[in-house]
Amino acid sequence: MTTSTSEPTGTVGTEKAGGPSPARRPGKLPPRAAWIVLGVATAVALLLLLTGTNPALLAVGLVVANVGGIYMWSRLVEGPRAAKDRMVTAIVTTSFAIAMIPLVSLLYTVVSRGSERMDGAFFTNSMLGVVGEGGGAYHAIIGTLIVTGLAALISVPIGIMTAVYLVEYGKGRLARAITFLVDVMTGIPSIVAGLFAVALFQLLFGPGIRLGIMGAVALTVLMIPVVVRSVEEMLKIVPNELREASYALGVSKWRTIVKVVLRTSVAGIATGITLSIARVIGETAPLLITLGAVTGVNLNPFDGRMASLPVFSYYSYVAPGASPEPSIDRAWAAALVLMLIVMALSLFARLISYLFSPKTR
Amino acid sequence: MAKSIEVRDLSIYYGSFCAVEGVNMSIRPAQVTALIGPSGCGKSTFLRSINRMHEVIPGAYVEGSLELDGNDLYAVDSDPVSVRRQVGMVFQRPNPFPTMSIYDNVIAGQRLNNKKMKKEATDTLVEQSLRGANLWNEVKDRLDKPGSSLSGGQQQRLCIARAIAVQPDVLLMDEPCSALDPISTLAIEDLINELKLEYTIVIVTHNMQQAARVSDYTGFFNIEGTGKPGQLVEMNDTKTIFSTPTEKATEDYVSGRFG
Repeated sequence: MTTSTSEPTGTVGTEKAGGPSPARRPGKLPPRAAWIVLGVATAVALLLLLTGTNPALLAVGLVVANVGGIYMWSRLVEGPRAAKDRMVTAIVTTSFAIAMIPLVSLLYTVVSRGSERMDGAFFTNSMLGVVGEGGGAYHAIIGTLIVTGLAALISVPIGIMTAVYLVEYGKGRLARAITFLVDVMTGIPSIVAGLFAVALFQLLFGPGIRLGIMGAVALTVLMIPVVVRSVEEMLKIVPNELREASYALGVSKWRTIVKVVLRTSVAGIATGITLSIARVIGETAPLLITLGAVTGVNLNPFDGRMASLPVFSYYSYVAPGASPEPSIDRAWAAALVLMLIVMALSLFARLISYLFSPKTR
Repeated sequence: MAKSIEVRDLSIYYGSFCAVEGVNMSIRPAQVTALIGPSGCGKSTFLRSINRMHEVIPGAYVEGSLELDGNDLYAVDSDPVSVRRQVGMVFQRPNPFPTMSIYDNVIAGQRLNNKKMKKEATDTLVEQSLRGANLWNEVKDRLDKPGSSLSGGQQQRLCIARAIAVQPDVLLMDEPCSALDPISTLAIEDLINELKLEYTIVIVTHNMQQAARVSDYTGFFNIEGTGKPGQLVEMNDTKTIFSTPTEKATEDYVSGRFG
């Protein structure tokens, strides 16, 4: 404690060399110093904006002025050590604010433009025979839920079992090979996954085929590595002591895995699976070439083309038809629905982790 | 209930590394046998070989024989899972299952094995096991609270209750007090004295006073040097080991001259 308080005093002393410094203790900035600097910098930037300076240049200038301003002010009043602290704090918070800008802007745009078509018709009507106004995304919502649900149904068991193998059983070459392949799979571009599904089904059923299940297979390729990775990390942090405790009670290995290891990590696994679904639910390219697009409702993933929200949104935007306005509104509404589905999934995962996570009181 | 253990020429290997060599030992029923010795001398490994827990580590195997009342635990048709139901174990650090309540922790052995039990039978077993572990009075009003809400000493007694709820013949304890304060340690030691009426107890401890206090027989393990296998140097009743041991190494160790 004593050394840390005496250090800045010492540096201030050397700075004002040439006589005993009257101010042994460095001064202190007012409590909201950072906000004051930001306010002044913003005010100046707004004034300059009125004079017609380039806004992009002004934004950069604002950041520099904010960080530099607080540093200079603090250095004059509080000394170099506190000034460095102020500067780094300013840099960190500014970076955070900059990172938030696209997120907030995106949320705002999607919500404001998408909410125009958040009516009953959008959720109950398909686009069958609709030209111009009206119509809805019922067929696309159902299609997305079916295809993503199927993909989850295939990839979650495979992913969990792969992770269980890697953590509980795998050793040596096979485990290393699987880990490597999972890493490689993580990097597969989504269009390649789509092409894989197309190639596979064309080999089996002939050219020109479009099925809901094809889309699910394409998404599965993208989903499995994400599931494996997240579940693997979750299983690894289950303490070994719990496995030993279970073995010592005369519980077999597979029961230990199911009832102790998976049970203890279920909260994390649920989160991982949700993230993996969120990762694939918005995929457009693979669905474009595997599902195709239709205007009517198709509930059977094993028969014919299917609609999906991302593809619906894409086509509504690039091919709006004669009167573009309603079509573009539908595109935004579809994007909003997609976001809402992902949000609902995250809330569901939160609920699961709240209910199942280990409790301490 | 309590059974004897007969160990003949037991050597324990991890892959090609021999961790413990040539142990001959008889463990008497309904008595407390303490295993002492410096760190890394293989006493924990030996303890874990009694209920085949060391096999959890890949590549571990044993040579020689280990008989529980005449049944070879390492016979070809012997299932490690059923061995562990006869020989329970308490670990160094208390490890209650974090997702289970106190109640469920006690009957974890039954629940995890999907054993169907009537509600009354389960209640009786929980009460009996918690009483057996001297924990009933402290937790009887909060059986539905998570096991990890207890203090360290209570958690360790919960683990003992969990181990005896499976109704084993032998109870192994791997330094059960090393993570506990003196008062909790005293509670566990008192408990060991009560448990030995019904169970054969083998305890590994670093604390020689503890070995002297709780055990009837003591085995001293030693190691000649790093990388060499551990060996059972001497085994006798506790009083003899701590007063007039035959081996010089034992005398040096118990008198605190090394280790």
